[in-house]
Amino acid sequence: MPATFTRHQVETERKDTGYGGKPPLDRRPTGGGGGDDNWDSRPSGRRGPRELLIRYRLAVLSGLAGDFVFFAVLVSAFFVRQTSGHIDPTDSYVSDWHPLAVPPILWINTAILLLSTVTMETARRQLFHEIDIMEEWLGLGRPAVRRAAPWLIATILLGVAFLAGQWIAWKQLAQQGLFFSTDPNSHFFYLVTGCHGIHLALGIGALLFALVAMFRLKKVEFRQIAVDCTAWYWHAMSLFWAFLFVLIVFFQ
Amino acid sequence: MDWLPPNGALHGIALDRLLNINLALVFWIFVAAQILLVLALVWRPRASAKPSRTLLILDYAALAAFAGLYLWMLVSGHRLWAARRESASPSNAVKVEVTGVQFQWYFRYPGPDGQYGRTAPTLVSAPAGNPLGLDPTDPRSRDDIVSAILVLPAGQPVDLTLRAQDVIHGFFIPGMRLKQDAIPGRPGHLQFTPIATGDYPILCSQVCGLGHARMQSRLRVVSPPDYNRWLATREKIVEANAP
Amino acid sequence: MPQKFKTHQGFGPAGRHSLSRSLFTTEPRTLAILYLYLGLLAVTIGTLLSLAIRIHRTWPAWSFPFYGVPRPEDYLALVTMHGTLMIFYVLTVVPQSAFPNLVLPAQIGATRMSFPRLNAAAFWITLASLLVLLAAFFVPQGAPISGWTSYPPLSGLAAAGPGQGAGMDFWLVAITLFCFASILSSINFLATIFARRASGLTFGRLPLTVWSWLVSSALTIIAFSVLLAAAAMLLADRHCGTSFFLPSGLVLNGIPQPAGTGSPMLWLHLFWFFGHPEVYIVVLPGMGLASSILANFTRRPVPAYGLMVASTLLIGFLGLGVWGHHIFVSGMNPYAGTAFGLTTMAIALPSSAEILTWLVMLFRGRLRITTPALFILGFLSFFIAGGLTGPILAQPALDAYLHNTFFVVAHFHLVMAMAGVFSIFAGIYYWYPLLTGRRMSETLGHIHFWISLIAAYGTFFPMHFAGLAGEPRHYAQLAGPVTSFANLIPVERGITWSAFLLAAAQIVFIVNVFLSARPASRLGAQAGANPWQATTLEWSPTAHLTISNGPYQYGAAAGRKDDFLPQWASKNPV
Repeated sequence: MPATFTRHQVETERKDTGYGGKPPLDRRPTGGGGGDDNWDSRPSGRRGPRELLIRYRLAVLSGLAGDFVFFAVLVSAFFVRQTSGHIDPTDSYVSDWHPLAVPPILWINTAILLLSTVTMETARRQLFHEIDIMEEWLGLGRPAVRRAAPWLIATILLGVAFLAGQWIAWKQLAQQGLFFSTDPNSHFFYLVTGCHGIHLALGIGALLFALVAMFRLKKVEFRQIAVDCTAWYWHAMSLFWAFLFVLIVFFQ
Repeated sequence: MDWLPPNGALHGIALDRLLNINLALVFWIFVAAQILLVLALVWRPRASAKPSRTLLILDYAALAAFAGLYLWMLVSGHRLWAARRESASPSNAVKVEVTGVQFQWYFRYPGPDGQYGRTAPTLVSAPAGNPLGLDPTDPRSRDDIVSAILVLPAGQPVDLTLRAQDVIHGFFIPGMRLKQDAIPGRPGHLQFTPIATGDYPILCSQVCGLGHARMQSRLRVVSPPDYNRWLATREKIVEANAP
Repeated sequence: MPQKFKTHQGFGPAGRHSLSRSLFTTEPRTLAILYLYLGLLAVTIGTLLSLAIRIHRTWPAWSFPFYGVPRPEDYLALVTMHGTLMIFYVLTVVPQSAFPNLVLPAQIGATRMSFPRLNAAAFWITLASLLVLLAAFFVPQGAPISGWTSYPPLSGLAAAGPGQGAGMDFWLVAITLFCFASILSSINFLATIFARRASGLTFGRLPLTVWSWLVSSALTIIAFSVLLAAAAMLLADRHCGTSFFLPSGLVLNGIPQPAGTGSPMLWLHLFWFFGHPEVYIVVLPGMGLASSILANFTRRPVPAYGLMVASTLLIGFLGLGVWGHHIFVSGMNPYAGTAFGLTTMAIALPSSAEILTWLVMLFRGRLRITTPALFILGFLSFFIAGGLTGPILAQPALDAYLHNTFFVVAHFHLVMAMAGVFSIFAGIYYWYPLLTGRRMSETLGHIHFWISLIAAYGTFFPMHFAGLAGEPRHYAQLAGPVTSFANLIPVERGITWSAFLLAAAQIVFIVNVFLSARPASRLGAQAGANPWQATTLEWSPTAHLTISNGPYQYGAAAGRKDDFLPQWASKNPV
């Protein structure tokens, strides 16, 4: 009858240290490159935790490439529409493009979103602090998570504030009598802000998931992946918005 | 090749020639390639184990030849295209406005004043004899002739304005080697010179709804005196019907 | 010889999985089988629709049992659904979803996909999309009639024709779902190819099939995102009162429509910006497969491997810039016409380079005449036959006569449909042993090939002549109020009989597929671990490999007594 040992929690966590038992860092912490630790010569899937992160990043980035094309199409519709008037029955050319009075709140929203991208990046960097990560990997505590959490929460709040601001902008336009179906410019405005808003709502969902995941996931590298991928998505959405905003404000 | 319907347009002569050269070239390349494929099945010498250089050189030589062929096609095709498209129609061109409606072509001649009158979507009513929605308050529209067939004089350049009322239609006269889409909200222009008198079918080449296959009309190319006579008759009818 | 050959994926013969395991599986080979069944369903319906099309064209007065004489709108619905089913659910799904699931992970020495659940989700979304599309037959007024290109305003206004109401909505929802599914599965393929290759499997050692899937997956992400955006805008036009594609001054059936502000041209450009890359998504995997199979069955390496890779990449890149040649007759700017003619001629070059290299491969070694090799020869034959008319149609001046006639129908049925289908057949005959441990019957394979080849030419080659005679597409009947096309009647009749033969030949294939799989069947034969003596990794008996060989080391390139050196073999065999 074997004796039953109760493991210390630190030991349990150390056992779960992921692929090949390597800490999720860019370089090996031994410093000297000693031993037979050439991860790259191992079969795929066994080359250390970095491989997993790269794979997830690849997926997010290729998805974002598709998304970029999606927004590019909407923008191309904007330009086509802007430059094509129509010819009325008396054969005179009519341009029916009426510039839209941009609700001033969009400026505030944009600032909020750009700020959120900074907080997001700060949160992401916390999870790649080498010393903190080593500490987490060794199971000595969760300093990275503790430091990242407030920034992540700040990002969520800013994101919600942005969406609320967009909603207010819609309301203001509606009060002016401009709806989705009113004129070509309002089609475009509601369509891009709507599509972007849906993307951002999904982003807030991902942020909430990442927040929970940071505390619930056992493996350090999965915590990193959750935050890292959300961060790239969030940055891309901020970037898309910056382009769309410039378009809406300056290219009417 | 007599697969093509008889050509009746000035630009069609060069187009037919180019098309036939293209088809002949492509056909013989096709035959040669198929012979090679069959050869690979039946003629099977014991191949040497050493990779042969000559075949690869042949590969690149053939590729260069094809590059030359495509370049020639590009240039010769472009010449025809540029001749047809990159200049405005002459000022003496016969002007006709073509309107595609599910499932009918209408042809409007501007009448003696040479100007098309105003139309309005709200006035469109085929049963009331106003399929294009001519505005009777506009003096320019009173002499406009609306016809269900297209009559043109031989030997004169023609400038067609293409319109569509409802959906995209494809204005296609095989005998004139002409095709262009009539796109609603975006009038297009098409110029050509009919040279041979006769009747030519006009078809719709862009699926436009359930009556697509029966959306057909007729182009009648007549001698200039006949054309003037026809025009005069129609003008009289329009005058007689004027309010 | 092992009775049941097991691959390193631990996947045995097909059909031994319980239903529930299939339903929730993330195992790529099971998904591949599900995709193949989905393709089979779609191709069966699509073929039956095409036969109905042929019957109605040839004998317009013939009354279909249980239905009656088709109305004109029924004919257009048949054409629309035939095109949509075949292009999306057969020619895209099988080479771009089923085959990568079947062999892509194995060919790069990976044990699994990067994102198995995402991959599985893509299948279920595809299936949902197919069911939504088929449901369009059963809604009031039936399936849409605006062709697979769905040009507005015909597709933007419910009143523009029967089927343009609920049927069109179902079509758009189905396409939207399909876009999502394709993008998701392509993201997975890209991540898998980039991040899961076995060590030593550098990009210079990738089989050309993997290169093809790399390019076609990238194209899928770009092209289907465009279609997704366009479909979203069209749905908004139909239901949210916007008018991206609807112009002003529309009068439908004498009723003025609410003033729109858009342009149908926007849809034409967006649709074809998707539509042309889609053609390459369909045909690139077949091109990669052709290189692999020709190398295998001639026992010679692929010459000019670098040229082939460069051509594949170039085709993918140039493929994004040629869409305008579909709309030469839309009254576009003449200079744009010239520019699109130029890019189209440019893309003919890498395609020619690949074809010429395949022809060279045929004569570098003795071709082993097996069914997969025959079908690749068929693929080549159709790719050449259809490809050669491409440069004719790329000249805007000539296209102005040929556009939307049967000449174009012949062109794309040869270069995309037949070439695509023959490469699919080649893939199935070639990879069948991976799924069943058995080879398909060679006799039935040869019969299937020769009848299909002859019948396919009999069906599609005469269409060139109908097109030259000026016969437009989408005509329910030859004879209209003005035209008769009477001289084409014998041609049309011949096409129809040939189409029947083509469809009937596929029964031979179905019999071969299902009967050859049975363990004791007299059809087919046991396959060993590597029945084609192939070099690529899907035939490797083990996983977790280190790769030190190129993909096509056949013949002298193998450098040893056997005439091939598999990628999984060690570099210097003792």
